[in-house]
Amino acid sequence: MLKKIVYAITAALILISVYIDFFIAPVPINTGQAAGDPNNFKIFYFHLPIAISAYLSFFIVFISSILYLRKKEQKWDIVSLAAAEVGVVFALLTLISGSIWGKSAWGAYWVSWDVRLNTSLILFLIYISYLMIRQAIEEPEKRARLSAVFGIIGFISVPISFLSVRFYSKMHPCVVPPCPSGGGGGIGGDVLIYLLINFAAYFLLVATLIMLKIDTEKMREKVNEIKRNNNL
Amino acid sequence: MKFLQIAKKDLLAEFRTKQMLNSMVIFALLVIVIFSFAFGNEATIFIPNLKKKIIDILAPGMLWIAFTFAGMLGLSRSFAGEKEEGCLDGLKLCPVDRSDIYNGKVLSNAVLMFLMEIATLPIFIVLFSYDIQNLPGLILVIILGTFGFIFVGTLLSALTVNTRTREILLPVILFPVLIPVILSSVTATASMLANGNISDISGELQILAVYDIIFFVVAQIVFEYTIED
Repeated sequence: MLKKIVYAITAALILISVYIDFFIAPVPINTGQAAGDPNNFKIFYFHLPIAISAYLSFFIVFISSILYLRKKEQKWDIVSLAAAEVGVVFALLTLISGSIWGKSAWGAYWVSWDVRLNTSLILFLIYISYLMIRQAIEEPEKRARLSAVFGIIGFISVPISFLSVRFYSKMHPCVVPPCPSGGGGGIGGDVLIYLLINFAAYFLLVATLIMLKIDTEKMREKVNEIKRNNNL
Repeated sequence: MKFLQIAKKDLLAEFRTKQMLNSMVIFALLVIVIFSFAFGNEATIFIPNLKKKIIDILAPGMLWIAFTFAGMLGLSRSFAGEKEEGCLDGLKLCPVDRSDIYNGKVLSNAVLMFLMEIATLPIFIVLFSYDIQNLPGLILVIILGTFGFIFVGTLLSALTVNTRTREILLPVILFPVLIPVILSSVTATASMLANGNISDISGELQILAVYDIIFFVVAQIVFEYTIED
C-alpha cells in the first residue's frame, strides 16, 4: 500500500515538474556563461536533478556494496544491481540532455577537451562495466562479491565527476559555488523553488524505479526456486 | 615485509623464461613502429601557428598508448598464471596477510612495467629522432602514472581472474577506471616533453598522487574479497 502511494506521488510530481519546465519556469535575464537562445537555460531545471539523481544511485551502489561485503546478505546485492541499472539510465540521460543543450549553447554536441564532459562519460562507462562484470559471472555468490568490490572502486569516479566542474572545467557552466571563474550562486527566488520541485520529482523517480527493480529481482528468485523444486 | 618474498617468487619465475617481459617489450615496440609507419615523415613537419612539430602533439598520447597496452598484457597474466595448477590456493595458504599478496603482485608487476618502459623510451627517441627536454620531470610523471595503472590493474586482474571471459573483461573494466590517470599523465607528459617546468604540471601531479594513494588504500581493504572462495 505504502509503495502504491509513493508511485502515485512520483507520477504526479513528474507530470507537474515537466509542466513547470515547459510552461512556468522563468528564464533569468542574465543566464551566466550560457550563450545561444536564452530559453536553453530551461534545461537546467531537469539536467541538474537528473545528474544528481545518477550520483545518488551510484552512492546507493557504493553503500549497499559495502554492506554486502560486511554482512553477505543477498538483499544488498539486489539493491546494488537495481541502483546501478537506474544510475546508468540517468547518467545516459544526463549525457544526452547535456549534448542537446551544448548544440544550442556552444554550437557543438560534444567538446572533447572539457573535463566535466569527459568525467561524466567515464562515470557512465564505469557503471556499464559494472553491469558487464555481473553478466560475466554465473555463480550468484561470486557475482555478488566481485561486483561489490567493483562497486566500491567505481564510486571514486563520482566525486571526481562532481568536483571536476569546480576546479577544471572551462566550458561547463557552474551554478553552485565555489566555481573556477568566481561566478555561480546565481540561483534564488522562483528559480530555486522550481528547481527543488524538480529535484523532489526525480529523487522520487529514482526511488520508485529502484523499488520496482528490487521487486522484479525478488520475483525472479522466487520463480527460479519454484522451477528448481519442480525440476523444470 | 613478506610481500617482498612474493614479489621475488614472481620475478624469479618470470626471469627464468622472460616470456611475459619479452612479449610486453616487443608489443610496445610494435605499437611505436606502427605509429612511426602511419605518421611517416609528416610527423616532423613544423606547424608555425602552434610553434610545434606534429610529433610534439602526438608523442605523449603515443607513449601512453604503448605503455598501457603493453602493461595490460602483463596484468592479464599476473593472476591467470596463478590460477593454473592451483597456485592461487597455495598462495592463500601462506601465513601472510591477504594484502601482502596484493603488494607482492604490485611490486612484481611494477618491475616488469618499468623494465618495459625503459626499453621503449630509447626506441621511441630513435624512431622519431626526438629530443626529450625535461627528463627528470618525465620520469616522475611516468613513475606516478605507472603506479596508478598498476594499483588499479592488479586489483582488477585479481577480480577478473574468476570470470569466464577474463582476457576480454579486464581491459573493458580497467580503462574506464584508469581514464583519470591516463588523461593527467598524457597532459603532464606533453608538458615535460616540451621543456616545461615541474611547477607547470603541479595540478596533474596532484591528481596522480591522490589517485595513487586512494587506490592503494582501497585495494588493501577490498583485495581479500576478490580472491576469497
